[in-house]
Amino acid sequence: MIHVENLTKYYNDFCAVDRISVDIHKGEVLGLLGPNGAGKTTTLRMLTGYFMPTSGTIRVKDYLLDENLLEIKKLMGYLPESAPLYHNMLVFDYLDYVAKIRGLDKDQRAVRIRQLVDLCGLGEIMHRSIHELSKGLNQRVGLAHAMMTDPEILILDEPTSGLDPNQIVEIREIIRKIGEEKTVILSTHILSEVEATCDRVVIINNGKIVADDHVENLKQTAGQKHFIHLELCNAGFQEVCRGLNGIEGVVNTEQIDDTPGSSLRVRLACESAVDLRETIYQTIKQTSWVLIGFHLETKTLENIFRELTKED
Amino acid sequence: MQQAIRICNKELKDYFISPIAYIVISIFLLVTGWFFFTTFFYYNQADLRNFFGLLPITFAFLIPAVTMRLFSEEMNVGSYELLLTLPVTFKDILLGKFLAGVLFVAAALVPTLAYPICIAFMGDLDWGPVAGGYLGALLLGAAFVAVGLFSSSLTRNQIIAFIVGTAICFSLTLIDKMLFFFPSSLLGVIGYLGADFHFQNIAKGIVDSRDILYFLSVVFIGLYGTHLVMQEKS
Repeated sequence: MIHVENLTKYYNDFCAVDRISVDIHKGEVLGLLGPNGAGKTTTLRMLTGYFMPTSGTIRVKDYLLDENLLEIKKLMGYLPESAPLYHNMLVFDYLDYVAKIRGLDKDQRAVRIRQLVDLCGLGEIMHRSIHELSKGLNQRVGLAHAMMTDPEILILDEPTSGLDPNQIVEIREIIRKIGEEKTVILSTHILSEVEATCDRVVIINNGKIVADDHVENLKQTAGQKHFIHLELCNAGFQEVCRGLNGIEGVVNTEQIDDTPGSSLRVRLACESAVDLRETIYQTIKQTSWVLIGFHLETKTLENIFRELTKED
Repeated sequence: MQQAIRICNKELKDYFISPIAYIVISIFLLVTGWFFFTTFFYYNQADLRNFFGLLPITFAFLIPAVTMRLFSEEMNVGSYELLLTLPVTFKDILLGKFLAGVLFVAAALVPTLAYPICIAFMGDLDWGPVAGGYLGALLLGAAFVAVGLFSSSLTRNQIIAFIVGTAICFSLTLIDKMLFFFPSSLLGVIGYLGADFHFQNIAKGIVDSRDILYFLSVVFIGLYGTHLVMQEKS
């Protein structure tokens, strides 16, 4: 669907995006992840034709970006960061204007705007001026703008930034619904968002791709250790260390919470080749310690992200 | 072209649903009406020469005030990004905004048609110079709109856009009155650059291709400059 090759963008001497190559397939929800200033927005702006790349090619379907920009724009819906809409227009006027520019005729406009009102929940605010809207409502109008012609490709730049938790859930719901049929590219620095909405994640840092994989694969492959959390009563840290470090595969034991009088919380770092939970349980069973908490820490995207984008 | 008309419609609508249009047009009518009619009856002549004589200076202030928002505001709010990622080319945007500016100038000129109509009742009005004057006013307006668009594309600050636009329009208007500052070898060239000089030719009722060509070239240079500036930004 979208084929990006060696995409590079320089702002004067500063290299914002450095030779990015990525293939995005039809029906994929791709999350572009990275710390602030990693080059996410610049990449999306080049994909939409707002910025011209310094070098590299972008191909959408059979169109080359620098030759058939107009055709590509017709296929794409784009929501820039913080949805900068014309704030002196009414919501209805704005959507009607976008529909006109997108080439819908009068009847289609009426039908499509009504659909979008339902999808994005704009019913109450159609006749309000855009500058009166709260951030979340503004964002929803922006989303309606992007989806005006039911585009095949939807590009969303930080679609949930500045929204409250309820609105975030709503917007994610909408994105997931669209993502069932359409190609969606969204950028974010919120990791749970990627886990909640994306099939595939591309992590960029300093303008370079540092990871590109499915969310599940990424969680499995990154890192060599996994962690087991234990909560014990009637046990001292020293003896627990002695007892558990003897098990083969346990790399080290550390105390997490040392408030006196409370139970002992420890974290065991284990090699991830084998599952040690059973062995650990058997070991504890032979002592007088009382086991009151026991869980395996699952690899979160957060750890992976931090590992990959750490400044050396 | 269709897209340009849609953008033009939107810009015009913006002018007329906000107070901008009404304030600017009222001030324009007040200023021109005042200066025209305070001296009109002394001359005891049924013509519009005084009205057209002042028009370039009024336009030099007024038109940049109208055009200053066309690009600056879009860049400041960020809506330019949305506009450019809709299926339109930059030419459509430029042409649409330019047309909206010219139509706005035309709308401001329409109420002044009352002057020649009133005068025609009072005396024997020669309609030739009047028609020439209005044609010239439109051409002058178009040229200044192009200059205003250019200055608007330079900055995201509307006030700076206004000041730069006014400065350019004002220089174009007055440059042929300042000829004594320039060496004599340049007089011909610089005299030709004066917008007022060309405008007054047309306002006399003489429609000369040189004058029309002058205004069209200012329009072209202004729009092309805008194109270059905006291209540089992406």
